[in-house]
Amino acid sequence: MTEDIQTRIRAIIAEQAMLEPEQVTDDATPEELGIDSLGLVESIFAIEEEFDVTIPFNANEPEKSEFDISNMGTIIAAVQRLVAEKDG
Amino acid sequence: MSKKKNPVGKQADKIDRGVAAPVVATGADMACREGLRRVVITGAGTINALGHDVASTLEAFREGRCGITQLDFRDVERLSIQIGGQIHNWTPETYFNRQQILLYDKFTQFTLLAAKQAVAQAGLNFEGALGLRSGVILGTAGGGLNTWDENYRAVYEEGKNRVHPFVVPKLMNNAAASHVSMEFGLRGPAFTVATACASSNHAMGLAFQMVRSGAADVMLSGGSEAMLCFGGVKAWEGLRVMSKDACRPFSANRNGMVQGEGAGVFVFEEYSRAKARGADILAEVVGFAMSSDAQDIVMPSAQGAERAITGAMTDAALNREQIGYINAHGTGTAANDKTECAAVAHAFGHHADKLMMSSTKSMHGHLIGGTGAVELLACIMALRDGVIAPTIGYQEHDPECALDVVPNEAREVEVEAVLSNAFAFGGLNAVIALRRI
Repeated sequence: MTEDIQTRIRAIIAEQAMLEPEQVTDDATPEELGIDSLGLVESIFAIEEEFDVTIPFNANEPEKSEFDISNMGTIIAAVQRLVAEKDG
Repeated sequence: MSKKKNPVGKQADKIDRGVAAPVVATGADMACREGLRRVVITGAGTINALGHDVASTLEAFREGRCGITQLDFRDVERLSIQIGGQIHNWTPETYFNRQQILLYDKFTQFTLLAAKQAVAQAGLNFEGALGLRSGVILGTAGGGLNTWDENYRAVYEEGKNRVHPFVVPKLMNNAAASHVSMEFGLRGPAFTVATACASSNHAMGLAFQMVRSGAADVMLSGGSEAMLCFGGVKAWEGLRVMSKDACRPFSANRNGMVQGEGAGVFVFEEYSRAKARGADILAEVVGFAMSSDAQDIVMPSAQGAERAITGAMTDAALNREQIGYINAHGTGTAANDKTECAAVAHAFGHHADKLMMSSTKSMHGHLIGGTGAVELLACIMALRDGVIAPTIGYQEHDPECALDVVPNEAREVEVEAVLSNAFAFGGLNAVIALRRI
């Protein structure tokens, strides 16, 4: 399940960044992947649709958001938590 | 109300004040200006979250009162954004009969109320020849959005297969302009401008140009918006630029925009005509400029904004030292406010530190296509009453917005000339210049 979430998020980000999923490494930041603020909003929407979760994210203060977008690893961990909360 | 200069004082500052090129009218500009007529404002009307007329709105500006409240409409519980500059206690039956209410979307209702106030103040009667030389240009972004929302709900959610026969004439973006033309018998140019958040400024700029050029003698202009319904707010939520708690323009802890609703309508009249009939002149409209960023559908450009700002001063033949106040676009988003401050700093050079700039959206919310019209009231108040409306909700200094944003308290300062900024999604910029008369 955890593995699956990781793979599905990588695929979503890869599509947005026009990269191969294996290029979307855990330590990569959205910026390094070439995802700008609008691209990030689109990616978050796609993740919400994929997992049927609501991600708390305000583009005006991304750093203050409860959803940590520092890099791919933190994004994946945050989505895993949201999915677990939903299923729990 | 405070009389002292910027109470925030000198603080950290990260804005580049370029050596702005002098704003001077060129020979060609001067030649073109010959033969142009002067344009003045002789009437104003509004309804918005701060009040149902101009007097109550200006009083709220002076007091720095916030009109942003808990939203109240059908399905609001399904929204993540719960606040807005909503007009509460709106009772259309007070102003309109049953047949009119069936035909008027809320954005038209707001417009007609504001237009009636403006025309009453101007004391004009458009019967006969004047009606043929008069028109109306209004701005709106969403038009009859409540009508779209209600009827989509009826056919999609409730499964109905029949809608009211007036759905189309009610929702069309030009409905308000057409009803204003019918109400007063304005038989000249009449149309609607839709340039998102700059709609009203574009509309008023065009109305100004028409009176100035001689295409019309009197133009009603301004704009309205009634987007505070489930679909209207849900669409904005998607962009994730909305604040859940307050609109705090230029404050370092700002976290987004807050929507508002309402209308503002003005009577623009050729100066000698207004003077001859002894009209009470509220202000003179002296310049207008528009520009397009041609860059990004949502991210603003400082260069595009700066070109509209300097363009308006050039069109008005004003030096930048004459500008005492700017009503900012000031949406309270991270992107707009720092870009707008950069544009103003670059356009004004060191005079940027002497002028005041506030965003009244902190009080009435962002009326989208109607916002420039309501904000022009703050410009008129500055020129006529010497009172500068504040940016309320200001809490933390932002080095990227290090201008005098008139934080939290209105200020008594005489100003000679002012600008009103509007920078829309789609990169469309429109700036109007007014002068005291």
